Amino acid sequence: MSTYNTSREEIAIVSFVELTPAEASQLDEIETIQTIVSRATDGAGIARDRIGFTVSGSCDMLVGRPFSWIMAMDGAGVSKPIEESHVEMDGAWALYEAWVRLQHGDIDAALIYSFGANAAEDLMQVLALQLDPYYLAPTGINAAEVAALQASAMLAGGATERQFAEVAVRAGLAVSVEAALAEPYTNRPLRASDLPRFSDGAVAMVIARGDYARSVCARPAWIQSMAHIADSHSLGVRDLSKAPSLEKAARLAGVGEKPTDLVEVHAPFGPQEVLAIEALRAAGLHGTAALNPSGGTRAAQSVMVAGLAAIGRAASAIHRGEASRTVGHASSGPALQHNLIAVLEERS
Amino acid sequence: MQQPIDGVLEAPYVMEYTYRRSLGPVMSAFFTALRDGRLLGARTASGKLVVPPLEWDPETGAAIAGLEPVAEEGVVTAATWVAAPEARHLLQEPFAYALIQLDGASTAMLHAVACASLEACPVGTRVKLVWSESRTGSLRDIRCFEPVK
Repeated sequence: MSTYNTSREEIAIVSFVELTPAEASQLDEIETIQTIVSRATDGAGIARDRIGFTVSGSCDMLVGRPFSWIMAMDGAGVSKPIEESHVEMDGAWALYEAWVRLQHGDIDAALIYSFGANAAEDLMQVLALQLDPYYLAPTGINAAEVAALQASAMLAGGATERQFAEVAVRAGLAVSVEAALAEPYTNRPLRASDLPRFSDGAVAMVIARGDYARSVCARPAWIQSMAHIADSHSLGVRDLSKAPSLEKAARLAGVGEKPTDLVEVHAPFGPQEVLAIEALRAAGLHGTAALNPSGGTRAAQSVMVAGLAAIGRAASAIHRGEASRTVGHASSGPALQHNLIAVLEERS
Repeated sequence: MQQPIDGVLEAPYVMEYTYRRSLGPVMSAFFTALRDGRLLGARTASGKLVVPPLEWDPETGAAIAGLEPVAEEGVVTAATWVAAPEARHLLQEPFAYALIQLDGASTAMLHAVACASLEACPVGTRVKLVWSESRTGSLRDIRCFEPVK
């Protein structure tokens, strides 16, 4: 484990809430944030005045309105000025910023939230806007087609379509492996059950230090470590059948140092879940780890939210007493380009 | 005293990026060569050939050693089938998107392969470049790749 990736202060996830897709689809952005922030703070017995830092993760491209996140911030409560920040990324990276901020040791708690109004868009096209404008975007390729190329490279490297189908069943997107394999291809070698179901969504989380964390949470999910690494943006420069940055981040975070009870990975496309688990195992993941027991994020994939949701679910398993060491993963960029790993632990 | 104004005041408003940007020394050379019907790659200090070229070695971040001509034939390393092309696509008849590793290159390039079905151009297929008839200095100066007979 790298020293830079280890918590220097005792910092724990003490509260995590997510809105159901049905709830999210009924609310506008401000109402959404008002609801989740109030559940994650007031609802968990955390006083707003103990929160010294607020940071959100979202993408204005999804709403098509510049500085959308500033308007949305009204929902977090800013009538008394707050210290805040924003990342134009999945909320998992907002968590990373909050975790770094808390290590200064001068504030008790930080609030993180993220939201994505996805349902109205052609997300496969919107996500292609992150490709480089010279060598990739002019080909007209979209996100599903990029993921299909990755799946093709995986098959050439020895993976099987049966593995993809098994992941689809675990995600609740197919009733059986046979049923998944019987589906026609949408983007060969991908089938409908390999693709995400995009939906509106929002999550909020509170992380806190030492004694304050213990005072507001019976079983805090202590952040042992966090690390994130990115691979090259060029699809043809790296071997798409592997996720080297995920493996490296997992090593930096010390995933293999102890047995793990539960893993929640954020894989926007099914085959990427196979790839992510392989990379975690290569980095030393061991123990009786349950893999994506929540079903993963694909059945209700909310862009900008899903990564923080995966880490939040890994924390909730500790809050509920179902696990004592868990690993949460978030990804960003095309074809699992950028990966973040959080190792969470129960402490007596 | 202020004079009354007749009619509604109007001013032009054009949505535009009011700047131009350069492609830089490497991509500029690559796209100029494409326009002239030649393909260039970047040789790194460690001896690898990056196609299409980048300004820096993707592994070390060091500046590349130089540009050099690249073969117009290579091998498909990944492929997906586009059964119903849309306006955004490179070809308007069904085709394969593929990563193509050109002979001598250490990396692969994303482009279209014109073939009858994915069975006709799976991973491992040898393909060759087909130039567009009119070339302007963009990636679309390459019309597509096609299997070598």
